[in-house]
Amino acid sequence: MLSALDRKLFRDLGTLRGQVLTIALVVAAGIATYVTLRGTYSSLFASRDAYYERQRMADVFAQAKRVPRSVARRIERLDGVARVYPRVSELVYLPFPGEPEPSSGLVLSIPSDGSAPPMNGLEVMRGRWPEPGHADEVLLLDNFAEARAIEPGDTLVALLNGSRRELRVVGTALSPEFVFALEPGNAMPEPNAFAIVWMFEDAASAVFQMEGAFDDLVLTLQPGASEDAVIDAVDRTLEPYGGFGALPRSRQESNYFLTQELLQLESMATFVPFIFLAVAAFLLNIVLARLIHLQRPQIAALKALGYPDLSIGLHYLKLVSVVVFLGALIGILAGWWLGAKFTELYTEYFRMPLLRYQLDPQVALVGVGVSLFAAVVGASIAVRQVVKLPPAEAMRPPPPARYTRSIFERVGLMGLFGTSARMVFREITRRPLRTALSALGISMALAILVAGRSGMDAFEHLIAQVFQRAMTEDLAVQLVRPMPERVVGELAHLPGVTHAEGMRAVPVRFTSGAVHRDAVVFGRPGRLELRRLQDARGEEIELPREGLLMESTLAALLGVGVGDRVEVQVREGNRGTYRVPISGTIDEMFGLQAYMHIDSLAALVGEERTVNTVLLDIDPAREDELRRRLRDRSGVQSLFSRTGLISRTRAQTGQTWGAMTFILTLFAVVIAIGVVYNNARVALSMRSRDLASLRVLGFTRREISAVLLGELAVQVLLAIPLGLWLGTLMAEGMMAMADPERYRMAAMVSSQTYAFSTAVILGAGLVSALLVRRKLDHLDLIAVLKTRE
Amino acid sequence: MDAVLHARGVTKVYEMGEVEVPALRGCDVDLFEGELMVLLGASGSGKSTLLNILGGLDVPTEGRVFYRDWELTDADDSELTSYRRQHVGFVFQFYNLIPSLTAKENVALVTEISTDPLAPEEALELVGLGARLDHFPAQLSGGEQQRVAIARAVAKQPDVLLCDEPTGALDFRTGKLVLEVLERINRELGTTTAVITHNAPIAKLADRVITLADGRIATVERNEEKLHPNEIEW
Repeated sequence: MLSALDRKLFRDLGTLRGQVLTIALVVAAGIATYVTLRGTYSSLFASRDAYYERQRMADVFAQAKRVPRSVARRIERLDGVARVYPRVSELVYLPFPGEPEPSSGLVLSIPSDGSAPPMNGLEVMRGRWPEPGHADEVLLLDNFAEARAIEPGDTLVALLNGSRRELRVVGTALSPEFVFALEPGNAMPEPNAFAIVWMFEDAASAVFQMEGAFDDLVLTLQPGASEDAVIDAVDRTLEPYGGFGALPRSRQESNYFLTQELLQLESMATFVPFIFLAVAAFLLNIVLARLIHLQRPQIAALKALGYPDLSIGLHYLKLVSVVVFLGALIGILAGWWLGAKFTELYTEYFRMPLLRYQLDPQVALVGVGVSLFAAVVGASIAVRQVVKLPPAEAMRPPPPARYTRSIFERVGLMGLFGTSARMVFREITRRPLRTALSALGISMALAILVAGRSGMDAFEHLIAQVFQRAMTEDLAVQLVRPMPERVVGELAHLPGVTHAEGMRAVPVRFTSGAVHRDAVVFGRPGRLELRRLQDARGEEIELPREGLLMESTLAALLGVGVGDRVEVQVREGNRGTYRVPISGTIDEMFGLQAYMHIDSLAALVGEERTVNTVLLDIDPAREDELRRRLRDRSGVQSLFSRTGLISRTRAQTGQTWGAMTFILTLFAVVIAIGVVYNNARVALSMRSRDLASLRVLGFTRREISAVLLGELAVQVLLAIPLGLWLGTLMAEGMMAMADPERYRMAAMVSSQTYAFSTAVILGAGLVSALLVRRKLDHLDLIAVLKTRE
Repeated sequence: MDAVLHARGVTKVYEMGEVEVPALRGCDVDLFEGELMVLLGASGSGKSTLLNILGGLDVPTEGRVFYRDWELTDADDSELTSYRRQHVGFVFQFYNLIPSLTAKENVALVTEISTDPLAPEEALELVGLGARLDHFPAQLSGGEQQRVAIARAVAKQPDVLLCDEPTGALDFRTGKLVLEVLERINRELGTTTAVITHNAPIAKLADRVITLADGRIATVERNEEKLHPNEIEW
């Protein structure tokens, strides 16, 4: 049997359903943002770790030219090494009928006896494992097979070490070391352009003349072993065999890329949803407090009847809890659904098996807890304010407010306005705190709209800055090895090339004290038309003739500045170590790199002036022909088109950022409408008696609407500049959360974002105004005047 | 006769914004077992303030108030709550019904927290609203709403029934109906009742009439001949 008080609870919930629902939606939007982004992030992170664990992902990755098998056993005996797995890894080209250029790929060996690799295990997605003794049976990377519609049983033509072979694809597989399969030199994975082919070791050794030898080695560490010490020891051991320098797992390409993506998601998934949750909680607090103030006479009557403060307080806590739990339910379900969709979006991009969105109960609990806390605090303060009054006083209308004539009125400015405007003005100046809180609430809603959309703005800004201003070549030709500079002239004379410039990229390790970073030094012949050196503000920077021009974040990480010397260890060729002065720094938006004049670089490493990248401006009409000619040239490793890179960047990063922006914008809109609408509704309830009195005195509907809606308009107008400013601050906060070693994007808020966000708030204000106006038209004058407030 | 309630030297000063408004200036009042007392006074004479203090809805600035041997002026908020809950029934000028509850539920609000209440139906029957149990306040006339408020006040079988201008918002005919109900409850249930009004003819119903003027007790008179509500005119 329900108590009368609980009946009142249900009836009140019914009467207030419009407000209950919109407040619940504000809570829901806050919780859903939190659950979606936090849950996606933790699901992806957990999936990665579980996947690495299950497939025994290696800790260290090393490559060399050709190493006798016996060396693997020596490495296994090194201090800290648990297990080694030597392999054969070679480049392969896969020609496809009707395509001018073959796709490239990597052949990796698997044990010839058909056993599973001891680390970096494969997960067969379709088909089966190759049968021992069948040298032509291979496994193909699932992403590539899918992009190329290759099924188990299909034949794959491959150019292995210059000879054409027909391979039988018996299955497709995923590998933890190729969650992202990146073509060497490519900045973005391209599933249909880069393949991994797993082949029995005896077959691969025979094709690549690697019998009794290996050129790729992965190893696991003993617990507690020093990664750096093992890498140094491995590098020393492999040095006589042309070792390329071992990499820890953290620098392994696929893992690095995956981790960076996750970290980027983390910055979005931590700060943003928390802001949303906090904003929703703040609004919940304000709106509920006002809702309770409206019940002041009822609270007083309950007290007069002998209900103790505690039961009255509990009654209202029940009311707000229902609102919060309704919101939480909607928010968790929506967040769960969206999180699953979002995770799905990432799986198109991260290739990990069993990537499932998991609703983390802890994430949901934090969301509900924060909302409930804010609601209970808001409600408690409001209830306490009412119950601490003696009931006789609480039943009386609050003492008449002290209206004063403001400075504006005293100087006679108010004479310019009508009575309605004067009432609006007095109401606002009489309760400056309430006006300020309402405006703050609306501005918070506006701010999250701005912040939510700013991610996409920053991304577009990055594309505009980097691809449209700094990287302006049409094609970048990657050479297989550094070549004398005359190759630039040769390429410039190819038909279709309008301009050619060369540069030299050298992989290095910078060391300063205990800090080291692996980076690239670009050797440039002074100014390059196609790759301008410009800082984050878009200003062109001149390359010093001597010494390094270092990216400023890299310099800061190393703790060096202009005039200092830094240790540069070249990670190819003669592998020398040098001390080079820093002549300047440059702020760039991403990457860790340094620049040097090509002559200084050549002098430093003791080589002739060479280039390994040639940048081309071309005649678009002759692009296909040119690409064919370039592919046919010896010495060309790969071609990258700038537009291809832009569209892949847009398609991949842009897609996930776009989805995230969409979710944030959607929830921000819900919050904004909820706040503006509730604000208007509460104002209506609080002022309906005054407004009815005005009607009795002969004011028209339009005039009383002007009084109430004028207040609302003032709040919204105050909120807009404040909200745009707060939103810009939030956008800056979001960008500051991004990993500076990857991106240093300036917080960018486009004018479209400002305009869109302002329009949403104005629209929400207008719709609320119309709803309130309708209520005002139906104001029951007699009933309002007959009962006291 | 024993005094159920007695107040001595009660003073109340309101702070209304920047001004201090003295509402009561040292009143001595007794309310005796079973009587129907009328507190008469012009508006602003302090009668509502006095009633609120007697009912534990407000506290005096100075003076002492006793319910039997219990000094209410020493009581804290929770003791006053329990005093109202166990001993006092209120009827207000503006009814103060909970708009989201039906007539029966408004009465149940009180019976649920009382020790020996009437059934809500019985209380509403007593005020002649046995047929309107499931109506919401908005569906009832002013007189009916006031009778629900009376039913709510008497349902707990209070020791004292305090009525603040119970007919103040009602027309003559409806007001008389309400007074009849109050008179019957005082007569049939023997409930000690205090009614405040600015309407002098209503005083003829009372056993005793206390007149307040400007926050002070002006006169205390005993009616030699009580009239029935039917017999009075205003």
